[in-house]
Amino acid sequence: MKLSPAAIAINGALIAAAAFALFPLVWMLSVSFMAPGEASAFPPPIFPQEPTLANYRELFAREGMSRYFANSLLLAACATLIALTFNVMAGYAFAKLRFKGREEIFRALLGAIVIPAQVAMLPLFLLLKSMGLVNTYAGVLVPVLATIFGIALVRQYALSIPDEMLEAARVDGASEFRIFVSIVVPTLRPILATLATFTFLGTWNDFMWPLIVLSDESLYTLPVALASLSREHVQDNELMMAGSVVTILPVLLLFLVLQRQYLSGLLAGGVKG
Amino acid sequence: MVIAVFFFLPVLAGFALSFTDFDIYALADLGNLRFVGLANYVELLQTPLFWKALGNTLYFVGVGVPLSIAASLGAALLLNSRLARFRPFFRVALFAPVVTTLVAVAIVWRYLLHTKSGLINYGLESLGLAPIDWLGDPHWAMPAIILFAVWKNFGYNMIIFLAGLQSIPEELYEAARIDGASSWQQLRHVTLPSLAPVVLLVSVLTMAGYFQLFAEPYVMTQGGPLQSTVSVLYFMYEEGFKWWNLGFASAIAFVLFVLMFVVTMLQLYVARLRETS
Repeated sequence: MKLSPAAIAINGALIAAAAFALFPLVWMLSVSFMAPGEASAFPPPIFPQEPTLANYRELFAREGMSRYFANSLLLAACATLIALTFNVMAGYAFAKLRFKGREEIFRALLGAIVIPAQVAMLPLFLLLKSMGLVNTYAGVLVPVLATIFGIALVRQYALSIPDEMLEAARVDGASEFRIFVSIVVPTLRPILATLATFTFLGTWNDFMWPLIVLSDESLYTLPVALASLSREHVQDNELMMAGSVVTILPVLLLFLVLQRQYLSGLLAGGVKG
Repeated sequence: MVIAVFFFLPVLAGFALSFTDFDIYALADLGNLRFVGLANYVELLQTPLFWKALGNTLYFVGVGVPLSIAASLGAALLLNSRLARFRPFFRVALFAPVVTTLVAVAIVWRYLLHTKSGLINYGLESLGLAPIDWLGDPHWAMPAIILFAVWKNFGYNMIIFLAGLQSIPEELYEAARIDGASSWQQLRHVTLPSLAPVVLLVSVLTMAGYFQLFAEPYVMTQGGPLQSTVSVLYFMYEEGFKWWNLGFASAIAFVLFVLMFVVTMLQLYVARLRETS
């Protein structure tokens, strides 16, 4: 099949853009397999001469990477479970349950999106300090308990549940809790998967809040640990690239597996929210 | 409720905090806390580093946001073209940087931008250009961070633009073609006007995100060289959590909030003016 000049230009530009987007990631992976010092040569090598796992071994044996990895995994998993519970209940309530001031509260929530989270950080820190939660995982988890984005996303989706279905269940004598568990949750399953992915990725990638709350090195999450490692090992390119790979690869893989749901969720929450 | 307790209350408390001299002594014993009125704000306005940080942040927002939106829109237009092949692949590839961990890719970029062994300077040199001391030269450090931020973020807006593009009715294009419009004219008179609300949404969101510049300078430059990459938030972090001047830091956070609020309102106002004219 012959390509027109316009098609060649457009596809060529796409290839260039994809190279721009992916090159830093590919290069990171490549350098992470190089022997210490190899990447500092000039001109910089693209591929390792003799691929080695030495950097990864060093990270896990000496720098406690497995610990940070486990910390991040545990935190992201807890955050996902907790955020799902709260956001789904709140989103459903805003969509289907009648209570006083429902619309006003929801509008106030949406309005609050313009307030940067950092304004709340300092007093939140003091609040947690007085509760004794600074330097604990509970402190890290507090801001993810419920998010405006999550509630709006669930609400949007829950609006499409037919009222008749809920009414029918009520007539049959089902309790509100029963309705929630056996009708609402199953119907919302696709959006739950999306929300779970968002929360997991968001918690895994978060930096500023864990940096502030956690002072004990053994509690560090991967990004916080990586930032502090990179201040110690400014010259060890290969080691730091391996650290970056360990940090990025899990979320990148998760995204690749769930990209369909993730991207459509982004649109549902982003454009209409 | 949870949001009220852990978000709205802290926002109000933050406002109150900014009128006190909350510092490391008050942290030890609340009895040392004093109400100081507007003193924090007065002091803030007299701190040269604050103005520097404000200038740096405005530079980052002013240059970074338009560049980032242009890159997103360009990528979305390419992806949306009927001539594009392998669209799902390209969509995922262009989005990939968005899901990466900021700290980790900032470290990767720090090496890409390295003066001696960085690939970017190697590229410049093979084109016959002089190498640039990206993160070590006060004039280049912020452009380097902007380049990195555009790389990291453009995929996000690209997806939103794509959805916007796909919701433009095909008939509009057909009508334009019948009138003999070239593809450039179609872009100017059909695509861009139909996309205006999406552009507004995207610029409000991107602007809010870019005002919160923090991790990039924290990891890549630590605010240097010569404080050329100290952002407002970086300044707040250092004052609040390094020196424990929490009252003063609250004042910084509030100034940032007011600034973001004003800029957002301005954007909405301009958009409304356009609509009515």
